[in-house]
Amino acid sequence: MENKEPRIIIATDCGSTTTKAILIEKKGDTYRQTFRGEAPTTVEAPFEDVTKGVLNAITEVEELSGRKILDGERIITPADGNTGVDVYVSTSSAGGGLQMMVAGAVKAMTGESAQRCALGAGAIVMDVLASNDGRADHEKIERIRQLRPDMMLLSGGTDGGTVTHVVELAQFLKAADPKPRLGASYKLPVIYAGNNKARPQIEEILGDRTALIVTENLRPVLERENLMPARHKIHDIFLEHVMQQAPGYPKLMKMVGAPIMPTPAAVGTMTEKFAKANNFNVLAVDIGGATTDVFSVFTEVFNRTVSANLGMSYSISNVMAEAGLPNLLRWLPFDLDEQDLRNRLKNKMIRPTTIPQTVEELQVEHAVSREALRLAFEQHKALAVGLKGVQQERSISDAFDQTSSGQSLIKLMDLDYIIGSGGILAHSPRRTQSMMMMIDAYQPEGVTMFAVDSIFMMPHLGVLSQISEKAALDVFYHDCLVRLGTCVAPKGLAKEGANILDWELAPEGGKPVSGTLRFGELLHLPFAEARGKLMLKPAKGFDVGAGPGNAREAKCEGGQVGLVLDGRGRPFELPKAHSKRIAELNKWYKAMELYPA
Amino acid sequence: MAHAYTPGLKVIPCTVLRKRRVLPIPGKVLASEGQEVPATDVVAQTELPGKVFPVNIANRLSVTAGEIPAFLLKKVGDPVKKGEIVAENRPFIKWFKTSVESPVTGTVDSVSDVTGQMLLREPPKVLPLLSYIKGKVVEVHPNFGVTVETEGTFIQGIFGIGGETNGPIAMAVETPDEELTPEHIKDEHRGRIVIGGKHAGLATIKRAIEAGVHAIVVGGIHDRDLRQILGYDIGVAVTGTEKIGLTLIVTEGFGMIPMADYTFKLLASRNGENASVSGATQIRAGVMRPEIIVPGYPKDVKECKREEGRGWIEPGDPVRIIREPHFGTIGTVLSLPPELTKCASESHVRVLEVQLADGTKLTVPRANIEVLEK
Repeated sequence: MENKEPRIIIATDCGSTTTKAILIEKKGDTYRQTFRGEAPTTVEAPFEDVTKGVLNAITEVEELSGRKILDGERIITPADGNTGVDVYVSTSSAGGGLQMMVAGAVKAMTGESAQRCALGAGAIVMDVLASNDGRADHEKIERIRQLRPDMMLLSGGTDGGTVTHVVELAQFLKAADPKPRLGASYKLPVIYAGNNKARPQIEEILGDRTALIVTENLRPVLERENLMPARHKIHDIFLEHVMQQAPGYPKLMKMVGAPIMPTPAAVGTMTEKFAKANNFNVLAVDIGGATTDVFSVFTEVFNRTVSANLGMSYSISNVMAEAGLPNLLRWLPFDLDEQDLRNRLKNKMIRPTTIPQTVEELQVEHAVSREALRLAFEQHKALAVGLKGVQQERSISDAFDQTSSGQSLIKLMDLDYIIGSGGILAHSPRRTQSMMMMIDAYQPEGVTMFAVDSIFMMPHLGVLSQISEKAALDVFYHDCLVRLGTCVAPKGLAKEGANILDWELAPEGGKPVSGTLRFGELLHLPFAEARGKLMLKPAKGFDVGAGPGNAREAKCEGGQVGLVLDGRGRPFELPKAHSKRIAELNKWYKAMELYPA
Repeated sequence: MAHAYTPGLKVIPCTVLRKRRVLPIPGKVLASEGQEVPATDVVAQTELPGKVFPVNIANRLSVTAGEIPAFLLKKVGDPVKKGEIVAENRPFIKWFKTSVESPVTGTVDSVSDVTGQMLLREPPKVLPLLSYIKGKVVEVHPNFGVTVETEGTFIQGIFGIGGETNGPIAMAVETPDEELTPEHIKDEHRGRIVIGGKHAGLATIKRAIEAGVHAIVVGGIHDRDLRQILGYDIGVAVTGTEKIGLTLIVTEGFGMIPMADYTFKLLASRNGENASVSGATQIRAGVMRPEIIVPGYPKDVKECKREEGRGWIEPGDPVRIIREPHFGTIGTVLSLPPELTKCASESHVRVLEVQLADGTKLTVPRANIEVLEK
């Protein structure tokens, strides 16, 4: 691809079930997504060639746009009039995505750093091994044998420090002789990103049996992570080894104008670009059928977790097992027998492509979604932490504060923006449903803006940003994000009915509105203007971001839902008494016009 | 014209089936092309490397890792028995002697003067691979296995637990909407594939395990009972390795759902004949459904279906409704309107019109049906 900016771009995302193609065209000075197509992904038998699904999806774009993009199986480049495109880019999570096993010397230090490194590269982490992970040595070896990762990341020891633990892990790895998932005959790629003093021994133990790649230590000193070199190697190996073995990918790799990215890595990239361009703290979530990915950018630190066990169809039973039936039932404004709920969820698990036809079925799915989002967020907060094992300079007051290293970076009061994607959030019949699922799951505090990714375009835009950041951001703002609006949630608790907030909203170019929020209330106002200003005066003991009892002015966005004033308290607890809980749920759902009457 | 792929389950009186039987790692193929094999024949075999057990010699003898070679009584490749001494010190005073014994019988796999560990490996385990179905070997995959072909009845279930097994079919109930109770399970059902009706509960399954039944096939099961049987909640639908004492196959779904009449009658027509069944289910990344295979032609069937199903729906097709309301109901497709229709949940979806046996007409989202391929 030459230096000049592309004008016409075709981008695909090869998901596990469907391959989605979007056409992006430069209109004047702005890039816009103009057409999209979709086709079933073709990695499984009988097709076993991912490019077939790609060509089918692009064919649909051709039919809708009238632009000839394909010449047989070749993408026509560059664009010329109504023919061809300037560049083709793609992401992929087909075939289960990139699955890795990581190992570190100490679970909470190099083990966790290795985990963050792999997750940031877009991988699903199948297991984290560490010398002190509580398993017997032979169990660790057996575990390595059972799992069939695409590659392994081995770390351990700061540079120049002790080599024993990491050499021991290497010996276990050699003894286990793990087989890679794809391609029974090729060597398992192993990235060594640990103590540089141990490199000779690691090479001696693993050099023959594995495709060993040595890179910089991802935790050279306890006080600092150095994840990027290992992340780059993961990405390189993903393309060279893993993708080469996946059906049709060698062909796909020749078609693209930029390296193929794992889908979650691309979504993460787009989240980061959005956060940095606006100086926001951002939380993005993609809740799919099998997994839930959570991305955050807080104080410019990017983190990603994959809850590979939480999803809305394939993993729906896991959500039930992890959350427990009472936590699911608590969101339903009607009675449902436990046995009935169990059977419904299992039936969705075994027939994952079905959709809720009745309001009751929809409410059950939304209850599950709240719990899946909540649990995935808990897992994310636990990993998005300051580095553990780091000596901190403490003053006397710090010591009384009892803070320690390893605190979560995620502070809800400082969260500016939440972006949701995945079927249940992007395709809910009413946008209020999507916003409420996220509000209930995350319990944002202060002032938080919400949006959904309308058609799961973030992967395409993330990989496109490698070539043109402007194109990616233009389409993100104009076509990808469906703005839902803003939620104001004072932090604090009070008696039912007590005044907790005086508020005023001044929409840009619209009439100001104002009112008082009472404890236990949920208020919903239409607010469709792009921008507005909020003037908030919380009652004593309540905090909206400027400290308890302090007034605050804040910018906000309107959207398809509008302004939501959440007076249910933080931390928010549903009433324990059954009839009160159902009455409150019905009251709130009615206030939000969540479901048809 | 584009056709959206529609999922379906096969319930076919007679079709040609090929099963690829391959080892997970290279081994020895024991059958040859053209050979007729019964279901229980071993067609290939391999050895799984033994489990590895580390012993930290340095720690046990209180020496540095670099010093351990001087204390070893065994070297790499030597066989060892459980309890045999593999290393010991030679102190001046005999009372201070420390010996390190092998925790397992096997061989010395490796010794490290960096970690001070000795890795001991148990003997390899033989892994036989059965033919699983009675048929003819039509292809040999060198060092890995064979493909076996047969003609016969093929029925897919929607969910199962437990692995491969076989035995004669035994109809234990009269109608597909009858519940399979413990009283239906008789001593003569030992080694059989027992066919029930709408449901088998916990007590029935326990009785069947006691009686030595090889498999149960029913319309529905309650998830609560499944949890009791397994001892845990199934998180994702990847099954086949459970060892509860039998294989369980559900044809309709979770709950009390009568087995589809067509499926029930087809199984009844093969009563007493040997079947190969598997409960293995995998919903994604290479979908697998539990299955019942009965080699040979059913009575009154002269022809075996050879072509693959269409894969999409057309008016006249039999379908099963697979979501509330009307879960489990079987009907026939009347029409496929192309326009999006708003359903009660307010989603705009493509629908189809289904006619039930009693003449009732229903409008159902296309995503909420599955085709019954006959």
